Amino acid sequence: MDYFLELFFGGLTRGSIYALIALGYTMVYGIIQLINFAHGEIYMIGAFTALVVASALSLLGMNGLSLLMLSGVIAMIYSAAYGFTMEKIAYKPLRDAQRLSPLISAIGMSIFLQNYVLLAQTSDFVSFPALIEEFPFMESVTIMRSSELVIVVTTAVATTLLTLFIKFTRMGKAMRAVAQDKTMAMLLGVNVNRVISATFIIGSALAAVGGVLISSHIGQINFYIGFIAGIKAFTAAVLGGIGSIPGAVIGGLVLGWTESFATGYVSSDYEDVFAFGLLVFILIFRPAGILGKTTSEKV
Amino acid sequence: MLKVKNLHSYYGGIHALKSVSLELSQGEIVTLIGANGAGKSTTLMSICGIVPPRYGEIFFMGQPIHHMSPDKIFALGIVQVPEGRRIFADLTVTENLDMGAYLRNDKAGIRKDMEYIFNLFPRLAERRRQLGGTLSGGEQQMLAISRGLMSRPKLLLLDEPSLGLAPVLVQLIFETIQKINQENKTTIFLVEQNANMSLRIAHRGYVMESGVIALEDTAANLLKSEKVKAAYLGL
Repeated sequence: MDYFLELFFGGLTRGSIYALIALGYTMVYGIIQLINFAHGEIYMIGAFTALVVASALSLLGMNGLSLLMLSGVIAMIYSAAYGFTMEKIAYKPLRDAQRLSPLISAIGMSIFLQNYVLLAQTSDFVSFPALIEEFPFMESVTIMRSSELVIVVTTAVATTLLTLFIKFTRMGKAMRAVAQDKTMAMLLGVNVNRVISATFIIGSALAAVGGVLISSHIGQINFYIGFIAGIKAFTAAVLGGIGSIPGAVIGGLVLGWTESFATGYVSSDYEDVFAFGLLVFILIFRPAGILGKTTSEKV
Repeated sequence: MLKVKNLHSYYGGIHALKSVSLELSQGEIVTLIGANGAGKSTTLMSICGIVPPRYGEIFFMGQPIHHMSPDKIFALGIVQVPEGRRIFADLTVTENLDMGAYLRNDKAGIRKDMEYIFNLFPRLAERRRQLGGTLSGGEQQMLAISRGLMSRPKLLLLDEPSLGLAPVLVQLIFETIQKINQENKTTIFLVEQNANMSLRIAHRGYVMESGVIALEDTAANLLKSEKVKAAYLGL
């Protein structure tokens, strides 16, 4: 039973990270119908930013929760700036182009950012400090580590805040309106460019949160982590129903558990086989994803 | 109030408007009638900045607006209720109305206007928590007009508000348009295929044929005109 719970919480942690990244994919897709393939790189940049900031701050004698919070917040701001700039440079000029053009631009952006970090940092794995210390009350708990608890709780809080934001604020309503009918939103005075920017900023900041937390949990990063995590989170977003916010969270968790149990009960070699096998399975029986709506194209 | 001078617009590569000129004065109901594809909707989309004009000028209260972005034009007080209603299907009735008041910050005023609208259309009050997509066609049209009113427009552009509605509802919608004009002194530019109804409530009218203004007169004269009778009134 302990083994099962360990896998359960391991999957929950993994799934939380996938969910945090998948939210960015799904929000951007909802607004401009673009799969932002460079989104994983934003997550990776968040992790690297936190590494640099945390190293510098710990030299100044900072530690514990304040170090985690401060480096996390700076990573969020930094990643948000990257997301904002990326949209302006790589996607906005292609807004009226064919759908394939921004997609290719996104892949280009992804390769560019990976290589930029490769050159600016290193191609090797670098160790990441454990920013989350073991809580005293978790000492006797064997099935879950403190960092896992922090990841799960942070994801729950972030998702709740995002949901409230989308539901009740003016910008949140504008986001939903733009997602449904861009022209109509413009006719009601919505500055669509600003809404799109806000979407990229929020999605990028969430990805940074995921990047910082999981790196601290695992203990090492390199320039390539964004690619793998990005593909997995994209899978999670499609699994849950792309464009749907609760879908991204559910898709992330389902994917996390699938991987965790496959690793634990079968073999870690089969982790990806199960993850993508699940995707194929869902796409066959529910092409729009778990929570996706099947829309009939009007002619 | 609104002055359109020699407007040329292209819609999807088609020269949709060929030197269109029109003028609206404060407090008027002016109608624009014409067949399908004559360029009526493109005229409205050009005024709102969604289809920016290639040549020509548009002035609103003396200010040139033909180079402005749609949100800036909206902020000046020009609101369009577009063809097909374009209700946000996944937003509730109240949220749709909130979107109409997107640029407003006076919470008390917004609440007051919402009450006004729920009095104007009691049906919407009953359904205020329902999703926009679940409303009937008539209710959606009521909501579309109400959403436009939520911004307290100076100029209301209505594109085919009677399209696809039952005769009783058409009657109700036209009565409401007249009421809005009289009670709030809102200037109204009404684009319609239902020439008979719209000429009855309008003060003046323009007739559009394949991208050009073919006729312009008072609504009463247009109703009597042999040409309009034959082509648009089915008499």
